[in-house]
Formats: sequence, C-alpha cells, structure tokens
Amino acid sequence: MIEASLPHPVARGGAPTVEFIGATKRFGTLTALDDVSIKVRPGSVHALLGENGAGKSTLVKCLVGFYAADAGQVMFDGREVAIRNPHDAGALGIGMVYQHFTLVPSMTAAENLVLARGDLPFRIDWASERSRLAEFMARMPIRVPLDKPVGALAAGEKQRLEILKQLYLKRRLVILDEPTSVLTIEEADEALGLMRDMAHRGEITVIIITHKFREVMAFADRVSVLRRGALVGEREVADSSPDDLAELMIGTRAIRTAAAKAPVETGAVLLEAAELDAADDSGHPAVRRASFRVRGGEILGIAGVSGNGQRELIECLLGQRAPTGGSVRVKGRPYGATRREMQQHRVFSLPEMPLRNACVPGMSVADNMALRNFDRAPLSRGPFLKRRALREQARRLIESFSVKTPSPEAPIQDLSGGNVQRAVLARELSSEVDVLIAANPVFGLDFAAVAAIHGRIVAARNRGAAVLLVSEDLDELLDLADQVLVMFEGAIVYRSAIADADIGAIGRHMAGHAGAGTPA
Amino acid sequence: MDSSGLGWWGVLLAVVGGAIRVSTPFLFVSLGECITEKSGRINLGLEGILIMGAMSGYGISYLSGSPWLGVLVAGCAGLALGALHGALCGLARVNDIATGIALMIFGTGLAFFLGKPFVQPKAPNLPSIPFGWWSDSPQVAAALQVNVLFILGLALAFGLHWGFSNTSWGLALRTVGDSSDAARALGYPVNRVRLMATAAGGFLAGIGGSFLSLYYPGSWNESLSSGQGLMAVALVIFARWQPLRCFYASLLFGAAGALGPALQSVGITSGYYLFNAAPYVLTLAIMIATCSPHRSLAGAPGELGVTQ
Repeated sequence: MIEASLPHPVARGGAPTVEFIGATKRFGTLTALDDVSIKVRPGSVHALLGENGAGKSTLVKCLVGFYAADAGQVMFDGREVAIRNPHDAGALGIGMVYQHFTLVPSMTAAENLVLARGDLPFRIDWASERSRLAEFMARMPIRVPLDKPVGALAAGEKQRLEILKQLYLKRRLVILDEPTSVLTIEEADEALGLMRDMAHRGEITVIIITHKFREVMAFADRVSVLRRGALVGEREVADSSPDDLAELMIGTRAIRTAAAKAPVETGAVLLEAAELDAADDSGHPAVRRASFRVRGGEILGIAGVSGNGQRELIECLLGQRAPTGGSVRVKGRPYGATRREMQQHRVFSLPEMPLRNACVPGMSVADNMALRNFDRAPLSRGPFLKRRALREQARRLIESFSVKTPSPEAPIQDLSGGNVQRAVLARELSSEVDVLIAANPVFGLDFAAVAAIHGRIVAARNRGAAVLLVSEDLDELLDLADQVLVMFEGAIVYRSAIADADIGAIGRHMAGHAGAGTPA
Repeated sequence: MDSSGLGWWGVLLAVVGGAIRVSTPFLFVSLGECITEKSGRINLGLEGILIMGAMSGYGISYLSGSPWLGVLVAGCAGLALGALHGALCGLARVNDIATGIALMIFGTGLAFFLGKPFVQPKAPNLPSIPFGWWSDSPQVAAALQVNVLFILGLALAFGLHWGFSNTSWGLALRTVGDSSDAARALGYPVNRVRLMATAAGGFLAGIGGSFLSLYYPGSWNESLSSGQGLMAVALVIFARWQPLRCFYASLLFGAAGALGPALQSVGITSGYYLFNAAPYVLTLAIMIATCSPHRSLAGAPGELGVTQ
C-alpha cells in the first residue's frame, strides 16, 4: 500500500547505464574538463578518483544540471538526454549527495525529507508522511534525529541525512560527493555497503567521488582516475592496487606521508581544561565536565562521532563560545581567549570550516594572512598599516606554503577549500607556536593537502608545541596523536596513550556502548 | 473618575477594548511582513503601503458607498506596491532595505497626493459585531465591539501557523527563505516565490491600512498612521517569525497603545503623551529583554539580510 503511493517508483527500469562522451567544460581560460568519456555500467559502484580540482565534481555537476557542458553528450539508459537543471536530473531519477549540504537549516529532518519529494500536494498529511518515514527509517542502517532542526545537527548527521534523502527519493542513479568525510569508519562502511548492495541487486547505479583509496578498494567495482580535468586511467578495482591508483592520481610526484614524529621529551602542561561545561546554541548542555591537559611536544587527539560536543568544546577554547562552567588555563594561567592572551601565550588555531571560522571571506588573501599580526610591528606603526610589509608577508607565505591564488589581492573566498586551509595554516604556523588547537583540519581536502597539513602539525609538535587535535577521522588521530581521548555526549569517556590504545575499545566508546558512559 | 462607574476596572476594560481595536492594523501588517520575511526578504515599505491602503480604502468606500469594496481595493493597492517592491528586489544587486525605505516614502507621498480630496468627506465605515450585547454596562458593550477584520486576522494567524508546516506552499516559502541554494537544488523558483510573498505581504498591509481609515480612528488624514507599519517589522522579529506570536504581540502593542486614551477617559491627563509613547517603550524593552548575545535569533529565516 505504502510502497505503491511513493513517488519515483524503482520499478521504472531499475539501475540505469550512464555514459559521458567527450565531456568538456571551460571556466574562462581554465579547462576544468577536457574531453572526458566514461561509461558507468548499470548496477555498479563507479568511483571517480582524483585530487581537488581534478574535475570530478565538475563532471558530475554537468550530469545533475548545475553546469552545462561546453561540449560532449550524456547518455542515460542508452538515450541521449539534455539535463538543463537539477529538476531535469531529478525527473530522470538522478540524485546527488553534495559535499556542501543542500538542506534547509530551520526545518526538521522530517520536513527536509518530505520537502525533497518535490511533488507535494497542497495539504501535507503529516500522519501518513510520518508513518511512511518511520517505515523507511526502519529499513535504513543509518540514523538521524528526525525532529531536530537540521541547523542544530552536526556535519556528520547532515551528511547521513543527505544520503537518506536520496534513498528516500528512490533515485536510480545516486552520486556521492566525498560522502564519508565525516562518518566514522563503521558508519561509512554501513552506508557504502548499503548502497553497494542496492547496486548489486540492480536497484541503483552509484557514482562515488572520492580521494580515499580505502573506499575505492572496498566498495567500488570500477574506478576512473582524473587528473587536471583529463581522464588518465580506468581500472577494474579487482585488478588494481592502491599504489597503482595513487600513481595515476598524483602523477609522478612523490607521495608524502605524515611527517615522522620525532621522539620528543614532553614538557610542561601548556593547555588545560578543568571540568569544562558548555551549552549548544539552543542552551542545552553540550560539553559536560570535560577535563584534559596537553603538554608541550605532544598531540592530544579527541575522537568521537560528530555532534558529541566537539564543536562546542573547540568554540570554547577559541573564544567563540562562553563556557557555562569550569575553566581553561594556558601555561597555568586562566585563559579567556582574548587577542592579548593569544599573542602573549602564542596560541594558534586551525578551526573547522576555515572560511567561516578563520577568515573574512571578502577580504584579500594578503589581509587574511595578516589577521594575527596586522596590529603589530612590522606590519603597522601606531594606527597605520604598512601595506608594503603586509603584501611582502603574504607573498612570502603564499610561496612557502604553496597557496594557489591568482594574486595576494584576490578575495580569499575565491580560493578552493584546500587553498583556504593552506592560507590559514600559513598564518597560524609561520611563527613560533606554543599551543595549537586544530579541529578537523583536513576535512574535504585532497591527498597532497592532507599530507602537507599533517606534516606541519607534527612539525609544530616536534618543536615543542602543545597540540589539541579534534577529529572525526579516526585514522588521522591514530596517525598523529600521542594521547587519545574519546568524547561521547559531551563527556570524555575514554583516554589512553596511543601506544596502548585499543582500537576496538575506542570504537565502542565512540558508539557509546562501553562501560555505560562512566567518565574516564 | 466616578463618572465611569467602574473606576480602575473601567481602565482595564478600555485597555482590553482598545487592544482589540488598535491591534488589528498591527496584526495585518505583521502577518504580511511575516510572510515576506519568511521568504528571505524584508519589506520596510509596509508603512507606505499601510498609508496607501488607508487612503485608497477610504476613497473607494466614499465613492462607491461600500466599505468592503474599499477594503478589497486597499488590499489590491498594497498588492501592487508589494509586487513592485518584490520585482525591484528581484533584480541583481538591488538592496531590499534601501528599496523598502524608498517605497515607504513613495507610498506615503502618493497617498497624500491622491488623498487630498478625501480629507473632508465622510465615508461609510466598516461594521462591527457587538459581542457585549449581554451586558448592561455601556463600557463593556463598547469594549466588546469587535470588528470583523480583527476576527479575520485571528483566523489568518491560525491559518498561516498551520499552513507554514502543513502545506506545500508553506514549505516552499520557508525553503526559499532559509536557504536559496537548497531551494534552487530542489527546483523552486526563488525569485518568483519571493515576489509572490512580497505581494501577499503588501496585500495584508493594505488591508491593515484600510482598517485605520474605515474603522478606527475611522477617517482619512495625513497623520493617520503613527508608524504602525514600521513597528510591525520589529514586532515580527520578536514574534520570532511565528504567526500566532504575531497575534499575541499585536494584542500587546494594541494594549500599550490603548493605555493613554484609557487613562485619559478616567481623568488622568498628566503624562498623556508619555503614556502614548508606551508602544515604543515596549518595543525597546522587549527587544532588550529577548535578545541575547549568547544565542542567535532562533527562527530567523537564514536568507534574511538583517540577520546576516
């Protein structure tokens, strides 16, 4: 009964074939896509692998009607189709899970799901929509709170909701744009496994845009590798190895792994939180009596599924949110994150979503790079800025951190995500650092950028800085951290030195079913 | 004071009655602004639309003899001005705040220009329903003379409250107002939805204006409005963009506005102008009390310029 009344019935042909023929797209002088031809088999999981800016996103945006290709054709189910806008794509049964979320923040998850159907009657019968949603959710291995406004959800939860939305709409071709960046490994495996099984049952065809080899190797059937807008190779996953793919993806450049952690004598406690409490935007407790200490020359990693109070914790440490209880100390002194204290104690930060939390988007790259020190010599004398010194600093930082920008005067919001993060990194790590607070510093960045940023973080630690690293990517923490904590529902529920850490125990504590939540 | 026979009860009664009367234009303008702002656009020109509605409603009522036709025409005049605002704001790089201020001045000026011949004549007014028929007291009967527009406004508030979350139009409106990116991805025509929302907001503001000239105070002159159109914008903000709260807030503002005349009716005349300032003091007090540096404005449409 319920099945019959759903929109976009799967019965309309099942998994489709998709073929790009000679797709080309130029933005001004930049050729983002150069004569790319790819055929995606029905009922398969096809990975598009490549670094940021390789053209993966551009290719699929032509498929979902965000861009019109300058040349080339799209064949869908063997017929040539013209997709002029996302609506056309939706009508064909093509859906995309975007890297930047397309949810309506003030609406609940339930409203967002129902809204996405697009063919709503004038009067919405919430009782039947609810039962339909409940029936749908019961079959799904991933969960989101349905009645919270989406704006209050964490990034990981939003991403899950985006995936659920496409499944709810019964799309025949689902495109995932870096879908698992904020999921735990278990959740990612569940979500991707679910989609792969649906594909192999012939219900959907899946395209994954990714730069994670693990996802390609574990879930894709076939992989196309793009570099600088061109297709450089195509493989059956069963016949390829990560080394092979890595070589295709980054060309002849040497692969840099995380900088070696030098054995460092840990120093004094530089950053300390004691019984810290904080509330979220709606006033509910988000951080509960969190206590930790970070010594010089050590990286303290905080693991946890997104939405367990990490964001509020970081905002307290960065001065973006007032704690409701407890204290933060830096070098033994109470710390209120004023500009003076930051400069005096040399506290620096790499917050998540750097364009929003660490930059003034409309200001130039050069000005953004001077935000930490524009008010001091040599960049200013009294109230007057020395533009030349400021430009000089920017040129130096752009050079040494290889930030790709048209000019130092370009607005920073025009840069790609990786380059914004590099610019922030240049600003934060180019002088002496005593305390570094980093949150998901490589979210959504490509392989080379990740290695570079990890290298810089480890180098700061090797020079004796105390580093607090909050990450939703457990692999990142296992690579970098010396000590690891797990946060669950705002409390710290597990702590261990990385050498003694038990991965299974970390996972169980992240999921909240270990030791019944007794604070460690 | 004894002449009223009710003393302070009389004041209370007068405030209640005044609240119902005075709140009606607030109610219509704030519901209109609520629709407009839910779409992610702000219309500061509602003051001008209100005055234009008052003038055109009065003029048509005088010329045709039918006050209801006047209300309808007032609404249509508002619709036209609202659509004008919506169309202008739909152009690239047009700022809705600046356009709104221009519209406010334009609407006021146009109304004064066209309304000159209607200052003297007496137009037929809107009828009211005597809910106080059961009482012998003339004060009670006077306080419970409720205009039909007030009841329509109340029904509209409930209707919008329900419609925002239970109709496809409501969801489309909120989507466009909250995230134009998401709206485009879902295939909604952002500009068209905003144009319609702004026009609908203008329609309601025009009706609110006709209430001023056709019921209370019930005549047309150039000092008819005392900033109700602008205060309704503030009212929408502290009603957190919720229609039912717009209704309560309108009542509160109406009561504050009725305080001065009510006190005067029992013989307290000192500080008359001070009491008349009560709605404005209330605006400031409520704004200070409800705004917090620690929380963002819950419920604010994400695309709304004033909150960015």
